[in-house]
Amino acid sequence: MLELVIISTLNGVLYGMLLFLMASGLTLIFSMMGVLNFAHASFYMLGAFFGYQISRFTGFWVGLVVAPVVVGGIGALVERYGLRNVHRHGHVPELLFTFGLAYVIEEVVQMVWGKLPVDYRVPAVLDFPAFTVFGTNYPAYKLFMLVISVVIFIALLTALTRTRVGLIIQAALTHPNMVAMLGHDVPKVFMLVFGVGTGLAAVAGVIAGPALVTQANMAGLLGPILFVVVVVGGLGSLTGAFAASLLIGLVQTFAISLDVSVASVFQAVGIDAAPSGGVLGDLWTVTIAQIGPIIPYLLLVLVLIARPTGLLGNREA
Amino acid sequence: MSDLADIAPSGTLAQAGARPSIRPRGAGAVAQVLPWLVAAGILVAAPLVFTSGTALTMMSLMGIMVVFSLSYNMLLGQTGLLSFGHAVYYGLAAFFTVHAMNLVASLRLPVPLPLMPVVGGLAGLAFGILFARISTRRAGTVFAMISLGICELVASGSHILHSFFGGEEGITANRTKMLRLFDLSFGPQIQVYYLIAAWCLICALAMYAITRTPLGRLCNAVRENPERVEFLGYEPQAIRSTAFCLSALFAGVAGALAAINFEIANSAYLGVHQSGVVLLATFIGGIGTFIGPVVGAVAVTLLQVSLSDLTEVWQLYFGLLFIAIVMFAPGGIAGLALMHGPVLRAGTAHRLLPAYLLALGPFLAMLAGAIALIEMAFRVLVKANDGTEMSLVGIPLDAAHILPWCVAGAMAAGGALALRAVLPRVAAAWDEASAAAKEKLA
Repeated sequence: MLELVIISTLNGVLYGMLLFLMASGLTLIFSMMGVLNFAHASFYMLGAFFGYQISRFTGFWVGLVVAPVVVGGIGALVERYGLRNVHRHGHVPELLFTFGLAYVIEEVVQMVWGKLPVDYRVPAVLDFPAFTVFGTNYPAYKLFMLVISVVIFIALLTALTRTRVGLIIQAALTHPNMVAMLGHDVPKVFMLVFGVGTGLAAVAGVIAGPALVTQANMAGLLGPILFVVVVVGGLGSLTGAFAASLLIGLVQTFAISLDVSVASVFQAVGIDAAPSGGVLGDLWTVTIAQIGPIIPYLLLVLVLIARPTGLLGNREA
Repeated sequence: MSDLADIAPSGTLAQAGARPSIRPRGAGAVAQVLPWLVAAGILVAAPLVFTSGTALTMMSLMGIMVVFSLSYNMLLGQTGLLSFGHAVYYGLAAFFTVHAMNLVASLRLPVPLPLMPVVGGLAGLAFGILFARISTRRAGTVFAMISLGICELVASGSHILHSFFGGEEGITANRTKMLRLFDLSFGPQIQVYYLIAAWCLICALAMYAITRTPLGRLCNAVRENPERVEFLGYEPQAIRSTAFCLSALFAGVAGALAAINFEIANSAYLGVHQSGVVLLATFIGGIGTFIGPVVGAVAVTLLQVSLSDLTEVWQLYFGLLFIAIVMFAPGGIAGLALMHGPVLRAGTAHRLLPAYLLALGPFLAMLAGAIALIEMAFRVLVKANDGTEMSLVGIPLDAAHILPWCVAGAMAAGGALALRAVLPRVAAAWDEASAAAKEKLA
């Protein structure tokens, strides 16, 4: 039991930090545009595939640096030539633009790299077990992922709160007109935020690619979870996104390892009264591991009903 | 549908699309009824003109999609609710219809097949009522996210409740095992087509009628300014949830028609992908007008069936078309077409022709260049095993050479640049023509 708790906590925190790498950019972009970026997970996927492609020529480490820069550049161009033009039509077209973009990026990735998973490997330097708990080897690469996410988290926090650029960004998010009056180029700030946000998602993609599966459906799998994180945490709240990332990460990891169902609980107590067949029978025997994928959405719906601002947010979605 | 222009929203979306015009009412009952008679005539005559099996299948799909898109537009276009999970009601209704069909067949109940969409509609309505309360408390992003959450919940839930949803393979039914009226077996596709066409017309009429009721007008008002509606003494949430339930009802009818047509319901019916398709179809057609979703449903089904025959990357073109519509014509295809209404009526449309012809050349060059680039890239990247020699619209070329790439690239870039240079002239011609039209009509 202790083994399960320790390993699941480690994995959960790791998954949560990865989620936060993406959710932080998404939250910043939301504060700026007032619209969720549907294509955010697609930039994560682009990061993974670019990282894979570059790593085939030069090795993992160059990809870790170059891929996010390239993806961030693409993100900035999307903001400059796509979103900024759609903005004048209102919020719904903006959201739909990112929706269409996600669709197109998935198609392009399928066209270039195919539908099957690509062979994106952990770099040889990090391909060893870091430590052993209760007979389970914990890979060094996972620790490396954790370290990278934490370092970026701290760097982002410092940059936003301690540097001049960070202060301008914070001001531009809430009072764009005033900041423009003071002589700053607000559209350029927005372009920068969009570029950095998508770049962060790409970092997550590059480091998650070798550990998870690098495949053309990875954006579709992760995208909805990402929305759950930013909405549950509170739209526009970075601390909220952080808390929700960890929460979802831990909940999902623990759910997967719990092989408990109503039937097994009753059996353990000694009651043998299972309904046979039908929908009730299905519900009776379903394990927590099986409903794991639903839990985030259940959480999303419950939070939105009880507290539309999210856990730590102060503005209505 | 002569008086569609005045149900176009006056909000942000409509400004670039349909321009609302106020015209005298009471143009006569004929003008009201005529479009519907024409629509009914088209539905009846279509299988006589397009007799092939493929055409019949495609027209059946179009009928289903028209009902589904119109029901979606009750939310997005009329009430301003952007849903990412409309397929939930479509899919659940399809499952209930399939189960009902099996039940009727096994118990030999005296229920004919044409009544099955009622079951679907009721199932859609029931789930609409169930989810309306939690969905419609707020509009905007909260509504969109809750709809996405519910969609993921139901889609994942369908994998768990194996006995009802049948897991991966779904649940099948046999539509010919029902009570027969007038010796109709519903085995041949033509009979199914007329069943779908009849329900399509009934649903479209009902949904159009709803837009003309006070409720329909209140939906428009809630979309534009919920606060003001509240001051007038109405409750925006009640109006939103009524629209939501009605829209779920018609989505349910569409789902039932799909279940009858395919004789199967599986979990793909209620997923995010299906919800995305109806969103794309509705928006491409145009959300500002009643006819828009019909145009979108027909166009998207046509694209899905015919493009997938022509090219394997049709979904990419589909996505690019959607982005182009969002960026340059938020009123959709119908919005673009209806924009020309006043100019045509005033007879000043001929002033637009030279400018349009001027823009057509660069536009086609850009399109052809882009398509050639995409197709060659597809050939080189995905179909490398088949060799690099290919043919585009009958022109043989080798994607390994640099020449075709240069030509295609030059066409795409040159076309885009030329189009950009020509656009101000088109805009000027448009301003002139519409100013002249205003003068004449005034």
